[in-house]
Amino acid sequence: MIDYALYFAFACFGLGQLFCLYRVVIAPGVSDRVLALDTMTINMIALLTLFGILHGTGMYFEATLLFAMVGFVSTVSYAKFILRGDVIE
Amino acid sequence: MDMFLEILISALLVIGGIFGAVGSYGLVKLPDPMTRLHAPTKAATLGVGSVLFASLLWFGFFSEQSSWHELLIILFIFLTAPITGLMIAKSHIHRSWQWHELPKPKPDENWATCAPDREEPEAEHQKAMG
Repeated sequence: MIDYALYFAFACFGLGQLFCLYRVVIAPGVSDRVLALDTMTINMIALLTLFGILHGTGMYFEATLLFAMVGFVSTVSYAKFILRGDVIE
Repeated sequence: MDMFLEILISALLVIGGIFGAVGSYGLVKLPDPMTRLHAPTKAATLGVGSVLFASLLWFGFFSEQSSWHELLIILFIFLTAPITGLMIAKSHIHRSWQWHELPKPKPDENWATCAPDREEPEAEHQKAMG
């Protein structure tokens, strides 16, 4: 039963990644693109976690944590760059 | 007990998947940038939290290598998602709204994104060049 739920969740988050990719390519403004990239990292965290459950290994924890941190820092620095024209003042 | 745990983990996975897909679909569907901020920062974050919690339960009960790493990731994501939303909203206000379109601030205050004492980039550049 967990397998079917896993595959369903894989399909949902894969679909989410496609929506985000569409929004990265076709977007009305730059803030939408940044938001879509941030959502892509969040969906990727979920996909990595699901992959870890599917293979029964805890090897992906560190990758997930790194993804979360790097995604957050990159989004904030991009927004900061748009706001001030500089990342670190 | 195992049956109950399997049902719980499956339900968490399905709920998380639905929330994640809805959050990402909202990014495409919703009409303007400020409403588009809502979908990923709320729904997708909740979906990822649900999936991570399912992973925590699965590794705790069905595997030998149980750990609290997922809880760390849940905390980190739930703490950082509002900050991300705030920063993106500020950058959107800064880029595409004029000052007179925004709601009026209190008499002595101003919007942080359009502070009047901020120097123009050209002036800063000229000052740096001497």
